Formats: sequence, C-alpha cells, structure tokens
Amino acid sequence: MTDRERNGQRDRGERENPTPKEAGNREKDAGEAKTKAAAAAKAKAAAAGKAKAAGAKRPSPRKKKKEEPLEPSPKQPLLDQYVQTVTEKVGKETVEESYINRPNGHLPSMVIKNDRWAETARLLREEESFAFDYLQNLSGVDYEEHMEVVYHLYSMKHRQGLCIRVKTDREGASVPSVTEIWPAAGWNEREVYDLLGIDFPGHSDLRRILMPDDWVGHPLRKDYEPYDREV
Amino acid sequence: MSAMTFLGPVVLLLLVLGFVTIAILFERKVLGWMQGRVGPVQVGPWGLLQTVADVLKLLLKEDIIPGKADRILFKIAPVIAFVPAFAVLAVIPYTDRIVFADIGVGLLYFIAISSITTIGILVGGWSSNNKYALLGAMRSAAQMISYEIPLVMSVVGVIMAAGSLNLTEIVKAQESLWFILPQLIGFVVFFVASLAELNRTPFDLPEAESELVAGYHVEYTGFRFAFFMLAEYVYVFAMAGLTTVLYLGGWNPLFGWTFLPPIVWFAAKFLLIVFILFWIRATLPRIRLDQLMQLGWKVLLPLALVNIFLSALFKEVSGIGNFF
Amino acid sequence: MIRTEEMLLNVGPQHPSTHGVFRLLVKIDGEKITEAEPVIGYLHRGTEKLAEDLTYTQIIPYTDRMDYLSAMTNNYTIVHAAETLMEVEIPERAEFLRVIVMELNRIASHLVWFGTYLLDLGAVSPFLYAFREREEILDLFNELCGARITYNYMRVGGVKWDAPEGWIDKVKALADKMKEKTEEYDRLVSGNEIFINRTRGIGGYSADDALAYGLSGVNLRAAGVKWDLRKDRPYSIYNRFQFDVPVGETGDLEDKYRCRMEEIRQSIRILDQAVEHFPEAGPVMAKVGRVIRVPAGEAYTQIESPRGELGCYLVSRGKDKPYRLKFRRPSFNNLQILPKLLKGENVANLVAILGGIDIVLGEVDA
Repeated sequence: MTDRERNGQRDRGERENPTPKEAGNREKDAGEAKTKAAAAAKAKAAAAGKAKAAGAKRPSPRKKKKEEPLEPSPKQPLLDQYVQTVTEKVGKETVEESYINRPNGHLPSMVIKNDRWAETARLLREEESFAFDYLQNLSGVDYEEHMEVVYHLYSMKHRQGLCIRVKTDREGASVPSVTEIWPAAGWNEREVYDLLGIDFPGHSDLRRILMPDDWVGHPLRKDYEPYDREV
Repeated sequence: MSAMTFLGPVVLLLLVLGFVTIAILFERKVLGWMQGRVGPVQVGPWGLLQTVADVLKLLLKEDIIPGKADRILFKIAPVIAFVPAFAVLAVIPYTDRIVFADIGVGLLYFIAISSITTIGILVGGWSSNNKYALLGAMRSAAQMISYEIPLVMSVVGVIMAAGSLNLTEIVKAQESLWFILPQLIGFVVFFVASLAELNRTPFDLPEAESELVAGYHVEYTGFRFAFFMLAEYVYVFAMAGLTTVLYLGGWNPLFGWTFLPPIVWFAAKFLLIVFILFWIRATLPRIRLDQLMQLGWKVLLPLALVNIFLSALFKEVSGIGNFF
Repeated sequence: MIRTEEMLLNVGPQHPSTHGVFRLLVKIDGEKITEAEPVIGYLHRGTEKLAEDLTYTQIIPYTDRMDYLSAMTNNYTIVHAAETLMEVEIPERAEFLRVIVMELNRIASHLVWFGTYLLDLGAVSPFLYAFREREEILDLFNELCGARITYNYMRVGGVKWDAPEGWIDKVKALADKMKEKTEEYDRLVSGNEIFINRTRGIGGYSADDALAYGLSGVNLRAAGVKWDLRKDRPYSIYNRFQFDVPVGETGDLEDKYRCRMEEIRQSIRILDQAVEHFPEAGPVMAKVGRVIRVPAGEAYTQIESPRGELGCYLVSRGKDKPYRLKFRRPSFNNLQILPKLLKGENVANLVAILGGIDIVLGEVDA
C-alpha cells in the first residue's frame, strides 16, 4: 500500500460516516453487514443519516457529533493552531501533514519531518501553549515502504492529547532520540530499536531490551524471517 | 562422678531434639491457625510426624559443598553454630533439683557462650563464597554486637536484685515477687534484645528471605543446613528458658498453687514465651538494618542504663527496696 | 585505613522478591546501592509479533498472559481498540458486565499486591489473608467464564458469556464482605510502627519526575498527579459511576500503599453502583460479524489497568488481522524509574521500592 492510498483511507474515514451506517446494517442483518460493511458502507455517505435513524437505538455522544459528515471536527481549530505555531517556531514544511483522527476521540495528529523532529519535540515540551509533559506511548510501525515512530503525547496543563508521527526510510532507519526531553522514551526507544531496528541518535544506551543481546534481525519488521516458520 | 553426669546430658539432648521437633510443628500449626490455614496434616495423626519426615529428608539429601567454598570452614561452621547453643542449656535450672551445672557465674556463662554461635554464622556465610551469604553473615555480626550490649545491660538489674549471677539463686530471689514487675523496663529491653539475638522476626535480617534469599545458610543443604536450623530452635529453647528464669520466677508457682509440680510451672511459663515468639512472627514485618541499629543503640541501650540507675535508686528506698 | 570495595550483586532472574523473572544488577558498597541496572526480557514471547498473524478474537487469549494478575483489563484493551475503530455500539448489559469484572479484577490485583508487598517487607500473614479474599473473586470469575487466571472473557462487541443465575447477588455479597475486610487489613497493617518506618519517606519522587518518566497509575497518583483514565479519558461506561481518585503527595511507599488500599474501596463503590443498576436482561453481544474486520485506520486507546495506563496502538488496514499492534504496558514504563530510585538506598529498601512499583513480568516483557 502506498502512502497516498493510506492517506486516502484516512480521508475517507474523515469525510464519510461509515459507522452508524455499519452499525445500522449490522443490527438489521448481521450476515449482510459482514460482507457489505467494508465495501458498500464506505461508498454511500449520503445514506448514513437515514441508516442511522433506522438502526442506531442509543447513539453515543461521539456519534452525534458526526451526524453531519462534513462538519469540521471540534478539534480542528486547535490542530490548525498547533500547526501554525510549529511552522512559525521551527520553520516551514516542518509539518508534512496534519489531520484529526476522528474514531480515536478526535485526536489531533501531525506528521513531522524527520530532521526537524528534535527541535519540534523540544518546542512541544517547552512552549507554554503546548506543554506536552507526558509521553504516553511511543511505538514504531513498519509500513513496508517506510518506517514510522509514533508518539502519543499529553499535556497535563491543557488536558489535551496529541499524536506525532515521524517517518524514516527503511534502509538505515533513524529518528532523533527524545530521551533528553522525555526520559520516558528511554526504554521505549530501546524497544523500538530492538524490535524494528530503528536507530535513535542521541540515545545514551541504545541496546536490545527484550530480545537476547546476540539476536539477529528485528522481529517486527515485515521482512523478518522467523527462525522457524512452523513455530 | 555418677552415671548421671554422663547420662544427663544425653537425656537432655534427646529432650531438646524432641522439643525442637515439636516446636517446629507447633510453630507451623500456630502460624497456620493465625493465617487461616490448617498447617501440616499429612504425615502422622494431626501432622505430628511432619518434622520427623522433614528431618529425615534433610539427612538423606545430597551434601553439596560449593566448588569455590572454603571447604574446611564450610564444614566446621554448622558445628560452631550448634555446639554453644546446646552448651548453654547446662546452666538453666529447670527446677531446684534439675540443673546440670550449678555454677556461680551461670548467667555470665550463658551470655558469653551464646555469642560464639555468631562466629559460626559468620564463618558459614563467609566460607560459602556467596554474596548473599556474606551479606547475611555481616548483618548477623552487626546485629550481634549491637544487641549483646543492651541484653547484658538489661539483666544487670536482675543481678543487682538477686545479688548473684547464679541462675538458681536468681530464681530463689523471686519467691515473693517475680522480677518482671520491678524490672519491667529491663524485661522489655531483654525481650526485644533476645528476639534480635535469636534472629527471629522482626529481627530476622541475617536470613531475610525476601532480600537475601536465605542469608548466611543459602549454600547449605542436607544435614549441615539441619544443624543451623537446629541451632536456631535450640536457642529458642534456651532463650525462653532464660527469660523464664530471669523474669518469670522460674519454677516458682503463681497464686501459691503448689499442687502443680515445679517442672510444670517452668514448662508453662516457658511455653508461653515460645508461643509469644511464634505469635510475633505471624504478626510483624521485618525491620530494616539501619533501623535495627538505631533501635539497639539509641533506644534499648539508654533504656537499659536507665533501668540500672532506677534499680539502684529504688534499692535504697525503704518499703519497696526489698523488691529491687 | 580499611579499604572497601564495591560488590556486584546479581538479584534475579530467580529471586523471591523480583516477582517473576526479573534481573537486577546492583553495585553495592556494603549494603548501600551505588548503581542498579534492570535486565528484562526473560519472559518475552513476542505478543505483538504473534498478533500480526492472528485474528482479533484469537489475540484475546494472548492478552490474558500479559498482565496475568488482571487479565480482564488486558482483555478489554484489545477489544476496546478494535471497537474504537469499528465504532460499534456495545449492549448495555455487556458494558455493565465488563465494568464489574474489571473492577473485581482490580480488587484481586491490588490484593495480590498487598499480600506480596507485605511479604517483601517480611510479614507473612497478610499474604494469606489477601489471597483468601482473592480466592473468592477468582471463584466468581470461574463461575462466569470457566477460568481463574486467564479468562478470555471479552469479545469485540461484548462479552462471551452472560452472568449465570445469581451471580450478580454473589458479587454484591462479596462487595459487602470486602468492605469489612479492607478495614481489617487497615487495622492489621496501616498503623504498624515497623511498616510505617519501612515505607514512610522511602522511594519518593516529585510529580514532575513521575510525568517525565511516563509513570502511570498509582505510581503517578502517589506523587500527587490526579490522573485516572477512568475519570480523565472515560471509556466503557465509567462516566456513569461515582468514585474518587485517591492521590498521594510525595510518591513514597506509604502513599502508594494508601492509594492502592483506597482504590480497593473505590472499586467496591463502583461495584455497588454497577450491581444496583445492572440491567435485568438483554443481549451481551453486539451484532458484529463472525469475522471481525476492523476498518482501516489507527487508534491509540488507553485504559486504567491496576498497574497504570494500559494502552493499545492499533494500526489496521481493513483486514481481519491487525497490521501492527502495540501494547503500552504500564509495568514496562513504570519500571524505567527504578535505577533512579534505587541509587543510594540499601538492599532492604531495594526490595521495598521494587515491590512498591508493582510490576508483572508477563507485562514488562510481553
């Protein structure tokens, strides 16, 4: 899958409103929904409202927000502000992409350019309007054509979360370390290095953490060949 | 020189071994009851033979000496630990007749000899060539030095009151009033210090299971390990005996109930002390090393000194002076 | 002049107080620790790798084996992640059952902590008392789903089994009983002089440090940060229940102890409310297909496990298997601060501080 396709999917997720439709379908006919949900539901945005009225009995508050498919997310202004601040302070083209992850509780998300990440991270931690002092999660993903490190940050001051994604090439994968900014990243970066082989320059103690020290390969890479297929 | 001179100690040894067997079972039962369990029930009726089975198992086990251990010291350490434990029993007067060595400095002998066991523990821990064992041994040495002093100081009050170091004399001095009442501070200090001397909870630091795995005897198996265990329980016997003699009036009856023979009185008081030891084990967490030192030097020792001072003072006060 | 030397002491992987196969290399000077280095990975089973070849329903039993002391919350984390992307509606009765089992599991998990922690400190009896009560909770789980430790109870869209006849009444009775028992534990332990001496002022850290090191759960709250995902990022139906979030001040062991004990009480409160409003009848499964296909997208979901923030980062490409599944394990993140806490402490405090963090190695190593 290419980048564009993936973005496309994400756009669909934003633009349309598959869920109430899907939920409605399922509640009417589970068997039908099973086959249709993936394909049919996504194509018909217009039908969403109708299906919802027919099917969903107890809509959750989150779904109410999405009744109008094109209504902008309540977090959109916040995200715009984030992007603006980062662009101003770090430089143009720092933010490669930004979007609201709607199913994930309208989580503002940004894709940050790899070579600007160290600077941006410091900004996110220290700038008053960000004050992201809590690194909740750090994960690595192998998208086959590139790798990504995903940071889920939270600001205790503003009570707001943020998802940051930093891309890197598969060959010689490398993302600047943020251990200086969030010590919590220490073991998480070691884990990502161990399982995905992403280097974190700036990490003081980048060793394998879960696998044995003499292990060959990085198991979570998609091209990893298991020691024994059958196991 | 009668046959008793030789037979007596043998009988006592068997008696003590029997006590240890029962005491271990009793401890496990008491702990079981206090913890909502039943304790051992499988071997023999009411689990009576459980300890026997345990000891047999220990005797049959392979005797392992670690490759890097100091072999001679490793072998000799359990002996050094056990022999004094048994030797101190000689001076304890069970009744006015049953006493094996009625020596003039009985109390001094008891305290002096019992310290030797620590050397056994130290040697065992050091010769095992194991870091946990070494830490346990060091803790034991530090603990012994810190608690021997308040222990000795606390009994000075008793010695002053009885005017003798002979344990039989001390018991006889308590015919009208047990020393636990006039010497209450001394008793508390003595009891706490004796818990520490016995390496029992909350002072079981040398073998702290959750920290040092098993402490000084971590490398010992089979009968060598059994010797350390034996030494520990014989000390329970000895210390409970000594506490009874020093503070609970030995074989002296309570309420003038002389219809019970003296040995029964001794046994009853003695068992009460043993039970309290087990009870404490079921209740308290372990104290930390630095806190142990602070308790010993900053609390118990001053208290013991105060006790000596007060005892001396009250001795001169008419009316109550007789009791001090 | 006496010359002393530092000694390298290897604690674990087999050691009574590491609560599993955890290894700690400590440099000690006498009994004082100058440096500590945790070594983990002995229980690494590659859950995340395995998950990429398994369907969502097949992953659930693997989550049981991460934090095996609170498998219910671990069950929930994966189904919650899938449900978030699928945006399914969970039946009322299933939501209540989920909350009840998760809170029961929280109590059971805290009871294990209480018992083993006191055991670490050298007190034997509380361990057996705590396990006696935990046993009754496990019996309830056994009745509900046929397992005592690894439940495999939740499914994407609901729960696998409905509560059997009379089960809810038993939960009610247990909640009432636990109220008394918690007070009993308090009387036995909380005021004990030795216990207070061993915990007060030991292993404390500031709220800033706690946040910087990514601590979560009680470890974070004990330092004074009021952060409970059940309240701050409500999931399931937690926003319908009344409960307090206990916080400490100094992050020392006593604060952690008090927070955990108070959490047991709060969990009982939630149980009381859940039992009272438990729906009479209804389905326990939403109508999801037999094969669960999660729409393409990504989501990071977070729930409050007994040990802290249990997160799940799920990347789906619309298949019946996840493309990438990452678990944010609270024990793994909480353990990071250990070397900092141990510096300058003695060996007895090592055990107390390690126990205070409350790790489960199945989760640390995943």
